[in-house]
Amino acid sequence: MNHDDIAIAIENLEYVYQPHNVKAVNGISFSVRWGEFVGIIGQNGAGKTTVLKNILGLLTPTSGRIIVDGVDTRQTTVADLATRVGFVLQNPDQQLFAQTVEEEIAFGPRNLMLSEVDIQERVEEVIALTGLDQFREEFPPALSKGDRAKVVIASVLAMRPKIIILDEPTTGQDYKGCHQIMQIAHRLHEEGRTVLVVTHHMALVAEYTERTVVLCQGGILLDDATDVVFSQPETLRQTHVAPPQITQLAQALPRELGLPANALTVPQLGDSILSGGHT
Amino acid sequence: MNQREPYIIFDDVSYRYPRTRRYALKHLDLTIYKGEFVTVLGENGAGKSTFCQTLNGVAPHSRGGRMRGRITVGGLDTQETTVAELAQKVGIVLEDPETQLFTTSVLSEVAFGPENVGIDPQEILRRAEWALEVVRLTGYEDRAPTALSGGQKQRLAIAAALAMRPAVLALDEATSQLDPIGTVEVFSVIRELNEQYGMTIVMATDKGEEVAQFADRVLVLHEGELVAQGTPREIFADTGLLERVMIRAPQVSQLAIYLQERDTPLADFPITVDEAGRGIVQLIGGAN
Repeated sequence: MNHDDIAIAIENLEYVYQPHNVKAVNGISFSVRWGEFVGIIGQNGAGKTTVLKNILGLLTPTSGRIIVDGVDTRQTTVADLATRVGFVLQNPDQQLFAQTVEEEIAFGPRNLMLSEVDIQERVEEVIALTGLDQFREEFPPALSKGDRAKVVIASVLAMRPKIIILDEPTTGQDYKGCHQIMQIAHRLHEEGRTVLVVTHHMALVAEYTERTVVLCQGGILLDDATDVVFSQPETLRQTHVAPPQITQLAQALPRELGLPANALTVPQLGDSILSGGHT
Repeated sequence: MNQREPYIIFDDVSYRYPRTRRYALKHLDLTIYKGEFVTVLGENGAGKSTFCQTLNGVAPHSRGGRMRGRITVGGLDTQETTVAELAQKVGIVLEDPETQLFTTSVLSEVAFGPENVGIDPQEILRRAEWALEVVRLTGYEDRAPTALSGGQKQRLAIAAALAMRPAVLALDEATSQLDPIGTVEVFSVIRELNEQYGMTIVMATDKGEEVAQFADRVLVLHEGELVAQGTPREIFADTGLLERVMIRAPQVSQLAIYLQERDTPLADFPITVDEAGRGIVQLIGGAN
């Protein structure tokens, strides 16, 4: 394997939680190339969060290894990994602590011993990217849930990580909040960043990611282009996942209509219907 | 439903939290009937969680703040009844299960409620086993709640509420961390409880597809006001409403609106996959 184009290489990762000896990850291998936008899905307890924690160095593999940005996670520190991988937790409130949005965002860069000028440059950059300009002087906990999540994302981005991991970023977010967060992820991907998102929102996976890794009971069930993954509803069922409703509809339609069997989004199926099928 | 018995009645209810002038709920007038399955939709900050917390009296008794108007649940005025008393009628499942789980084993978590109202130990065990089976956590009795995954914790919080066999079950985004099939399962279980035991369900959620499939009625809150109520079909077909309030309609309904906006409406407005399928076959099949 050529490691130059690999952002994260997971090699035979096994993880067992003690003291109950619960095997959460069962010898899995997959790689994420630089610049990919990957969705990770699977039932509750499939091992998604455990894999993430191993990537971040918060857990050490029971066996196997993970190479992040060329570095073996077992041979470096969480602090070092934190400069390579930005991590957005599911619950923004576990991650916020400063008095203003600006201070919250500046905290990470300040810890990198950057000059005030450099810190300010980073703060401005991520405020613009996440659309937080009007809130820069606000007390983070007083913001709406969607805006609190954006502050967390901005704080993570201020570290300029090459890899960004979002763990169920849309849980508890309303419809608007979900799309705002995924739009930011989309923009990061377009800028060339490597983005991993763990989520149960299949419509968002379908709309935004190009590749999806499906975990099931600590193993990999599927790993393929997102449309190929969602074309296998029976396999997905094993890990308690169903394709987005629009894909289920596309799959249920009579094939002779000539509509795409695995449409991933509402406009995709809608436009095919408008052109009378047979596309 | 032929004889509908009003069970939860809001009579011009406004409520604000302490240290704020902004009302979280504004002039709510509504009735929820015994045995109804009602869902509450709205954007973040619309008042959905507050609404759920008024049902067992946590707002205003524990939250403080100021309530105007009157809420009665099963004939009890929530402002004149203690939370402890209301808790025997209304079970509540919060959005973040971590704020609700506190014992050292799954079994003791589920047994805690019934133990506190002095139920016979054999019956407590029966109820606990039943509740765990309902949420598919049988076999996890001795696990520490902290060692469960996010979705499992949510199921456990639901089981703990079910073990009290409440007349009303209020769920605040209680499926937000569940996987897709787990979500459908929880909705089905709740529908079953609703049908078998006549349990009244009040559920704040953003899962439009499950709402369409399972709920009798939808209440839409926006900035603390009740801006719409109706069957799922009435709500999801109301394009004016959906433009004003960002709520997640089922994707098949979104498709119908997409086609409608491009002058190609389906004959009947769909809220399920089957309905949309029939509409599309009619639209294209008929033309070919």
